[in-house]
Amino acid sequence: MASSTMITIEVDNVSYTDDVEPRLLLVQYLRERLGKTGTLIGCDTTNCGACTVHLDGVSVKSCTMFAVQADGHRVTTIEGLARDGKLAPMQRAFHECHALQCGFCTPGMIMQSASLLDENPHPSEQEIRDGLEGNLCRCTGYQNIVAAVQAVAEGTVSSDSDETETAGVA
Amino acid sequence: MTTAEVGRARLRKEDAHLITGRSRYTDNITLPGMLHLAMVRSPFAHAKITSVDVAAAKSSPGVVAVLTGADVAAEQGSLPNAWPITPEQKAPAHPAIAVDEVAFAGEVVACIIARSAAAARDAVELVDVNYEELPVVLDLEEAAKDQVLAHPGLGTNKSATWVFDSGDAGTGKPIREALEGAEVLIERTFYQQRLIPSFMEPRSTVVDPTGEQITVWSATQIPHILRLMLALTLAIPESKVRVIAPDVGGGFGGKLQVTPEEAITVLAARHTGRPCKYTETRSESLMAAHHGRAQVQRLKLSATKEGIVTGLDVNLLADMGAYLGLVASGIPILGAFMYNSIYKFPAYRFECTNLFTNKAWTDAYRGAGRPEATFAIERMMDELAAELGLDPLQVRERNWIKHEEFPFTTVAGLEYDSGNYEAATAKALELFGYDALRAEQVRRRETNDPVQLGIGISTFTEMCGLAPSRVLGALNYAAGGWEHAQVRVLPTGNIEVVTGSSSHGQGHETAWSQLVADKLGVPFENVEVLHGDTQISQRGLDTYGSRSLTVGGMAVLAAADKVIEKAKVVAAHLMEASEDDIEFADGKFSVKGTDQSTALGEIALATFSAHNLPDGFEPNLDSDATFDPQNFSFPHGTHLAAIEVDTETGRVSIRKYVCVDDVGVVVNPLIVEGQVHGGLAQGIAQALYEEAVYDDAGTLVTGSFVDYLVPGAPDLPHYTTARTETPSTTNQLGAKGVGEAGTIASTPAIVNGVLDAVRHLGVKDIRMPCSPSRVWAALEEAKMTGGVR
Ligand code: FES
Ligand code: FES
Repeated sequence: MASSTMITIEVDNVSYTDDVEPRLLLVQYLRERLGKTGTLIGCDTTNCGACTVHLDGVSVKSCTMFAVQADGHRVTTIEGLARDGKLAPMQRAFHECHALQCGFCTPGMIMQSASLLDENPHPSEQEIRDGLEGNLCRCTGYQNIVAAVQAVAEGTVSSDSDETETAGVA
Repeated sequence: MTTAEVGRARLRKEDAHLITGRSRYTDNITLPGMLHLAMVRSPFAHAKITSVDVAAAKSSPGVVAVLTGADVAAEQGSLPNAWPITPEQKAPAHPAIAVDEVAFAGEVVACIIARSAAAARDAVELVDVNYEELPVVLDLEEAAKDQVLAHPGLGTNKSATWVFDSGDAGTGKPIREALEGAEVLIERTFYQQRLIPSFMEPRSTVVDPTGEQITVWSATQIPHILRLMLALTLAIPESKVRVIAPDVGGGFGGKLQVTPEEAITVLAARHTGRPCKYTETRSESLMAAHHGRAQVQRLKLSATKEGIVTGLDVNLLADMGAYLGLVASGIPILGAFMYNSIYKFPAYRFECTNLFTNKAWTDAYRGAGRPEATFAIERMMDELAAELGLDPLQVRERNWIKHEEFPFTTVAGLEYDSGNYEAATAKALELFGYDALRAEQVRRRETNDPVQLGIGISTFTEMCGLAPSRVLGALNYAAGGWEHAQVRVLPTGNIEVVTGSSSHGQGHETAWSQLVADKLGVPFENVEVLHGDTQISQRGLDTYGSRSLTVGGMAVLAAADKVIEKAKVVAAHLMEASEDDIEFADGKFSVKGTDQSTALGEIALATFSAHNLPDGFEPNLDSDATFDPQNFSFPHGTHLAAIEVDTETGRVSIRKYVCVDDVGVVVNPLIVEGQVHGGLAQGIAQALYEEAVYDDAGTLVTGSFVDYLVPGAPDLPHYTTARTETPSTTNQLGAKGVGEAGTIASTPAIVNGVLDAVRHLGVKDIRMPCSPSRVWAALEEAKMTGGVR
């Protein structure tokens, strides 16, 4: 149990070299060792997606990987998504479409949504829903999350500086 | 003021930190020297504990201490039930850690305290507990027979029986007459399956005992009630306990609880003198956090041949699980007042028996009693329509309370202040395209289409704004139903609002800012809302039962009104006018008939500096208000679902979902819409997906998200939502509450739709959740028993 391995991971553009137990999950490493608590843990069976981060630009569930498996790779968390003080379009879209309530699923949802559009920039509603299959939200009923992804795909999200007030309100 | 804030779709203030990962959920908190807890849980549903050996665990690397039931029994009283619904109510003692018997699988039998979470978990395996298994009672109808007892020491499984009878007290005469002489009598039994609230944030508690006070951070809906209950059950003065509910990742009633794990974390911190954290795993959450629903409903409804309802008799068995939760015993009673729903009929009797079983305890889950009641009456209205060959809409229209009949006192004794069921229904029908869908349904039946179409209707009202304190008192609930708020105008003119009603996703900070911005004529951005910390918000009764706006929001408005009254006195003094001549509008106090005026901010500064105030005026411009509602509020709505059932596979899909909700005056349409969406998802989940299933030994089979089917994005439809607005007449804003509407209305809409699709094939009922296998089995059974075809 006590054996440990040296790993080097780039997280949100900073390189970290650490001694870790082989059993340490990536999500634990991010939260407990690096203090990246924006990535959350909602389950122990890889079903909820609250822990989704990007590994070399592709979304992964960080509760399903050991930290040692990320050795030599590049990880982006929700804390690293905003660049130069500007929110990423998907972050803005979640805000503008009221795609979050308690916010617990939100980091994972945003990471998954962003990577979904990387793969398919113009998805249909059904493709968006299917693409979010591995991320559970108990608050929003998903409709506004789908709307947020559509807004980014269609380029209707406001720029970071001019926050508009309503989005898709009846 | 040019733009009114109330009614405006303001984007939420609370989003900024949540979308950037700067969230403050309890599990994110780390304190110096913090220890971690892991629970040893019973694998048996019912057993005597003959020994607990913790020696090996204690010497495991990293372990600091191990607590057993015996270690904490003297310090921790029974966990609380605050709602003794009858004076005779029975309840087993509920220790935080079991002492000599366990009554459900997952009950805590020991707690490991270690230097890391991993070390704590490793040591769980090393605790050696000897159990002597006892017989289990799991089924409600079996429990009612008292042959196997969940708690042998109690002598019965019955906790309490509670009766409401609209007729002569005791004789039961009107209901018997209604049923005996009925032209039509419908009898049905419905099963409300056990559901698990499944908030996405697992429960978590951090306790710091190192200061003058014990500080408790918890993922709870009820920081104030939790503080009181910890103080009472641990015999610590309230002033020595501070509870903070930081960001809370959903609750839905599931965090309206005082949990063993919270109490244990406090005890662990006290024993070690160091900060302690416990965060449950999802499997632990599913197994040991409280569940909801779990009722058997036996109903008799009488009516005339024209479909006019004449009476309703409800007999209910309610599963409390192994222990009485904080408000568990009162959940069926909240439902008791809603079985008559939006309908008027002369006779009603309700009886419920609360029973213990060897399953996880139950308690509030979104809607708490009202979804169960609404489901039953809406299913009965469809059964009545089918019996009489009427359109289900017609039956509803013939029985509902007409718009001009409000205020209306119902057979259950509530006074509905306002409502317009006609308008909501008309709007829903139009959005839905009812006639065209009915025509399509006929075509599909005629052509024997393997995919049949059903139309599900649910009209509903609910009781929000819990509650007038005197009503709660009459129902034996231990606490009141008021809420507290404070409004402080700071020297700069900015406003701080302190609210006892703290949110776990509902957007209070935004909504309260809107309320205060309008009321005091200040910019939305200049209002800051503080909540969720008993040190800051010293009084409160917290967030549940759609009471936030209608009680908590009204307290904020009442406090703001008092601020205006106070400021008027100062304004009159500063402008050397009579108080009667001072008018307040758009953030300015002016002297009638002159152009003299002074802004709220200037008065705030004057009261702060206090150089020139009226004699005896207390410096500073703050006010407190405690608001106790006069009545509940009664939002209502009409929900319509077009359901496709594949008769070859049993697969159910929702083709269209339309709902028109009337929640009175809306503060923020964006938030209201979001609440409706989330509510719909949970109600649809009950109809189609979710059920807590136990095996014969009492082990939870649906012990992870692999088996407990919280729906994902592909499982749910696009919702068409709209509103009508009939203001409440019992609060100053006219608001009614929205948190539970979607959940209450959608379950019966979906199930009515499923049955409507296959009723002509001889299917009479399908138990929830209407999974493909259940629907398919019902179709097969109908065929075998000579269904229509
Ligand atoms: S925590 Fe990783 S999928 Fe749930
Ligand atoms: S916003 Fe609460 S779980 Fe998605």
